[in-house]
Amino acid sequence: MAQFHRQLFKRPPIAPLDYTRKAWMRLWVGATLLFLYAPLLVLMVFSFNDSKRNAVWKGFTFKYYEKAFANSSLVDAMVNSLTIALFATIVSVVLGALAGVLLWRFRFPFKSAVEGVMSLPIIVPEICLGVAMLIFFAKIDWPTGMPWPLNLSAITIAHITFCFPFVAMVVRSRMASFNREQEEAAKDLGASEWQTFRDILLPHMKPGLIAGALLAFTLSLDDFVITFFTSGPDTVTFPVKVYSMVRFSVTPEVNAASTILILLTIALTALALKVQGVKGIAETH
Amino acid sequence: MALQDWKQHKRPFAAIASGPLLWLFLFFLVPMTIVWLYSFGQNSGPADINITGTLDNYKRATEWLYLSIFGKSLAVAALVTLICLVIGFPVAMAITFAPEKWRPWLLVAIMLPFWTNLLIRTYALMMLMGSNGYANQGLGAMWEGASWLKTMVGLQPLEAWTPVQLLYNNFAVVLGLVYVHLPFMVLPLYSALDRLDKSLIEASLDLGAGHLKTLFTIVVPLAGPGIMAGVMITLIPALGAYLTPDLMGGTDSQMIANVIERQFKRANDWPFGAALSFLLIYAMFILVALQSLRGDRTKTGER
Repeated sequence: MAQFHRQLFKRPPIAPLDYTRKAWMRLWVGATLLFLYAPLLVLMVFSFNDSKRNAVWKGFTFKYYEKAFANSSLVDAMVNSLTIALFATIVSVVLGALAGVLLWRFRFPFKSAVEGVMSLPIIVPEICLGVAMLIFFAKIDWPTGMPWPLNLSAITIAHITFCFPFVAMVVRSRMASFNREQEEAAKDLGASEWQTFRDILLPHMKPGLIAGALLAFTLSLDDFVITFFTSGPDTVTFPVKVYSMVRFSVTPEVNAASTILILLTIALTALALKVQGVKGIAETH
Repeated sequence: MALQDWKQHKRPFAAIASGPLLWLFLFFLVPMTIVWLYSFGQNSGPADINITGTLDNYKRATEWLYLSIFGKSLAVAALVTLICLVIGFPVAMAITFAPEKWRPWLLVAIMLPFWTNLLIRTYALMMLMGSNGYANQGLGAMWEGASWLKTMVGLQPLEAWTPVQLLYNNFAVVLGLVYVHLPFMVLPLYSALDRLDKSLIEASLDLGAGHLKTLFTIVVPLAGPGIMAGVMITLIPALGAYLTPDLMGGTDSQMIANVIERQFKRANDWPFGAALSFLLIYAMFILVALQSLRGDRTKTGER
């Protein structure tokens, strides 16, 4: 007890800028985090609740997970979402890396116009992009009813359009820290354009590529509005499926499926943390 | 080293530029142009749209009904942004001045909901706010408490608690949008505050200004561009929000995105929907232009 007291009093007094050590500030941050997390925690806890209603705890069960996995349309929607996210991420990373290098490396006519247009998919409201994709695929008669996974191509294309500018942004800001003398040295020593790219630029770009890939994957998995306009009856994604379930009947199956997706998000974030470190991930945003 | 001129490196330039530029042209500019053209068209059959160059769609968009929905969307988005700023600013301050070892974790704590699926977050909030949800139970408990207090002081007890309808009204839409967009606000605010020279704040406090005075005369002006960025990052998606008003709002709380959606999915009036879409895009352009105007002014002010 005495030692505890000594410890307590050894703490330096609160400095003027120690805002985090002020009680009301801690309360504020705590309340905000509670506001952000409480609904998600309640949702996750109640996915194990042995009751149809979401209000009263009736006991622990895995029943709704079994139901969710037995619901083939829900599983199909999840598989569709993951497939779309995977393909969209691969293409977005390639296009985004190229776009990032393009803006970082070259001087060319209408560069600021290209930069502006590239940032448009990020700032144009989702609903407008969704509408544009709907009209576009209807206008060019994009074939529907193709075998899986080709039937997902329209959604995947739409996702790539809004994902790759984000990757380009991340890659470009990563390239800003590149020392161009390395590139010159490689060329002086006889490396070709491609060799320089592969052995000098690419390794430096790697953290940006990983961050961009995770961002693209999450954005694609998360998207509802744009997908809602491009998806057909046989190309339902997970958010579209959950939307119709929430719209028409709230079932604990949705809780179970949502919990799985939240855990997937946490796993992806943890992966990002492992690859980049806590600091790195904070900086990319 | 300066940027390379594309003329001296034509082959690598072509190899790097063609992919992204072609994609952007084919799958962004072309679809957008089609929407723009459709907004000057009219329905001439169940599936045919004639681009006649008519301005009727825009004329119809200026009808009071649509103008009021536009105005309401703007008001809701502005209110949501204001609430996010008020909640988010102290949080961003706390993260900025947090000890080195906490800071990244606090940032991750803010970012994790931002990475979580929007629909799931909205659904989770709806569950909490349903008529049997915890929000209602909490309010009910408080009501009982108040009733008990009244009997303690010898007054008539309050009538029995009836669950209030928290969902499907404008309040729910604002709360839902704040819930969804709060991380959007905190992250840019944090990155602006983090870049601030902390010795200026210390100097102000040393010279006798209070915390509030320091906040408004030192921190806010210096972090101005960052605050503007946070405001824009929240305001623009909130203005175009579809999901939250659709799921959490009532019949009178639809926003412009819901009206656009209806033209395409139910009313089947694509030209009018296209015109509304472009009006929303123009509104967003105006907001971005205002921001960059302001940004230029602060820059010249610094010089």
